[in-house]
Amino acid sequence: MTEILDILLSASFWAAAIRIASPLIFAAMGELICERAGVLNLGIEGIMVVGAFAGWMAVYAGAGLWMGVGVALVMGMVFGAVHATLTVPFGLSQHVVGLGITLLATAATYYAYRIALPEVTSPPKIDAFEPYTVPILGDLPLLGEALFQQTPLTYAAFATAALTAFVLFRTPLGLALRAAGENPASVAAQGLSVTGLRMGAVIVGSGLMAVGGAFLTMSAFDSFFFEMVNGRGWICIALVVFGAWKPGKTLLGAILFAAFDALQIRLQQTPIGADAPYQVFLMAPYILSILALVVMSRRASVPAALMVPFNKGER
Amino acid sequence: MADVVLRLTGVTKRFGPVIANGDVSFDVHRGEVVALLGENGAGKTTLMNILFGLYAADAGSVELFGRALPPAAPRAALDAGVGMVHQHFTLAENLSVLENIVLGTRALWSPSLGRRRAVAKIDALMADYGLRVDHGARVADLSVGERQRVEILKALYRDARILILDEPTAVLTPQEAEDLFATLRTAVARGLSVIFISHKLHEVAAISDRVVVLRHGRVVAQAATAETTPQDMARLMVGGDIPAPKPRPAKPGAPRVDLVGVSTDGLRNVTLTLPAGQITGLAGVSGNGQGALADLLAGLTAPTAGEMRVDGQVPTDWSPRAAIAAGIARIPEDRHGTGTIGDLSLTENSMLERYAEAPMSHAGWFDHGAARAFASRIIETYDVRCPGPETPIRLLSGGNMQKLILGRVMEGAPKIILANQPVRGLDIGALTYVHSQLLAARDRGAAVLLISEDLDEVIALSDVIHVMSEGRVSPGFARGEMSPAQLGQWMAGEGFDRAA
Repeated sequence: MTEILDILLSASFWAAAIRIASPLIFAAMGELICERAGVLNLGIEGIMVVGAFAGWMAVYAGAGLWMGVGVALVMGMVFGAVHATLTVPFGLSQHVVGLGITLLATAATYYAYRIALPEVTSPPKIDAFEPYTVPILGDLPLLGEALFQQTPLTYAAFATAALTAFVLFRTPLGLALRAAGENPASVAAQGLSVTGLRMGAVIVGSGLMAVGGAFLTMSAFDSFFFEMVNGRGWICIALVVFGAWKPGKTLLGAILFAAFDALQIRLQQTPIGADAPYQVFLMAPYILSILALVVMSRRASVPAALMVPFNKGER
Repeated sequence: MADVVLRLTGVTKRFGPVIANGDVSFDVHRGEVVALLGENGAGKTTLMNILFGLYAADAGSVELFGRALPPAAPRAALDAGVGMVHQHFTLAENLSVLENIVLGTRALWSPSLGRRRAVAKIDALMADYGLRVDHGARVADLSVGERQRVEILKALYRDARILILDEPTAVLTPQEAEDLFATLRTAVARGLSVIFISHKLHEVAAISDRVVVLRHGRVVAQAATAETTPQDMARLMVGGDIPAPKPRPAKPGAPRVDLVGVSTDGLRNVTLTLPAGQITGLAGVSGNGQGALADLLAGLTAPTAGEMRVDGQVPTDWSPRAAIAAGIARIPEDRHGTGTIGDLSLTENSMLERYAEAPMSHAGWFDHGAARAFASRIIETYDVRCPGPETPIRLLSGGNMQKLILGRVMEGAPKIILANQPVRGLDIGALTYVHSQLLAARDRGAAVLLISEDLDEVIALSDVIHVMSEGRVSPGFARGEMSPAQLGQWMAGEGFDRAA
């Protein structure tokens, strides 16, 4: 057991956890915004793949790193717009559309990759984001290395979570979005457009998902592989439930999951790792997530109009 | 006239060949309560939807405060100072009272909700109008009466000068209705105008200054409330006399249900007999155990103490299935929630209790033809107005939904009918029909238990009246034995204390 304690007390472990959490934070905030407005976005997995590819490709083609993030954001919004058009004004099944977007986005990425790089056998590398040590804060013992020696994109992830919380709970726009997810009729009764609010939420949320994907190729690694997203989108769906549709709790959930993930990687290198098959360790974060989900989300209140299309004038 | 706040001139709206509103003209003045009367389908809702810009009128004009209202502009009426309290509230339940009130009142891109100023304004409004609600509470935790107060506060917060209330008392207890009337009187005294849509004529007589009666989309009468009577209003709404059912004396038979000292969660030592061929009325303010009694008879709960006998037998395994098998038919209190399944068709809803029996099914297979024939028979016999038996039932009006439930109950030739608030929210025509059907069932020998908050209804229909208070049931009083005032004392719990 001392191995686990040693790991948990090391700054590098927490630095890794924060790094692993960053893409989850972006994407989970995106999903949270969609669901708060009443739309379940199962396109998240595919949109993350698109973001991972688009950001990396843009930088490879010569764009700056932040420009790459911007390209990923816009590409995510494009797929989000497709999702929003089908689910909001047309009111199609959000499950079917979401899974369709994931399949479409993944396949389109594969296609674009082959078109863009027909000859290569192994994907080229880019100069990814470098860690930036925040002055003063970065020198703090333990906390400095864990939190303030990250890449700029990690800081952006935390800022995104804070901004999401602020907009949702402190501004009229956020209130209208939440009301659209609770009882769209209450929004329509005030002469506001439920369609506009929901489409906007899905488009912006999808943009954030794509940025989460871009983090993988531009900050966590420096290249693009298929299978890179590897279910992170689905994890984010669970994180939003775990966080009871609240940005702060969702952020904590992302860090918790990432910590489990970082822990299992390190445990594999300890004597415990020699005794058990490595698959057990790979499973651990998911099993612990499910357990946490069961415990935490008992009393969570789902947005009442989640997955309920709104047609004006219908009872 | 300078103090006309709303003027409708020749408003006409057709849906295909159906005239929803024909040449509707009337004025609303500053500081008055106008009651808009009419049966379901008389065009009240269409008129309000035109006012709120959901529909464009085919002809005619709407003037608010002397200015023409642009057609089909949803925010125009709101911005001009018209607030509407819908019958089905438009509140987001998981949001707080404050959030529901300020929703949509500030520019979307404004960086703050202006919470502090909003709280101050709401507090002032609550003090001025006597509307008490905790503005930090979640709407889901509020009672129906409190939710209605939130809706009124919403309108007042937007500086509404005209309040429109659609069937505001349909969901309120008598005490809550009194509080609402007090609020409306305050509002009118402050120069607001109120349009009160209702078909409860006693309330209309009590609160309104003027009545406007709509029938088949046209204004058939306008009069000062003081110069008319509820009977006149009823005649105008329906376009003729409605014969109030004149019950013949009951011929009570053997007891169908006997409760002796029964207690459950919500019932305290209840003794009650339901004989065949009698309507037993149960008066009382809702929430005093009526629900618990209805659940017991419907088989949803079993007695924890005391004895229940159905047709002289103590049932061994009491469940909804057993209750149906014993011939208990239910008109549930909540016709949307427990009476019907909104997305299922009329056919499916009509056979909910008997889908597994012949002729609906044979050896485990549905006979859709027989089911549809059954539904069609109900639709025809009980005058359910609907596009057809395959229509989802949620598209029907409350009255027609209730007629289908009534048909489902009656077609089973029930021995015991449990009618819980059977006419809540229904117009006079539908109400009279439901009552006459209950009387007819009684005359056929059914034991009818009528649970209602409306004391007038209980007195008019019941052969024997019991009163409920705090889970207790009073002794039975024969028709005419007690005055309404005396029954009111029992409802307040006084008689129980003396008897104890």
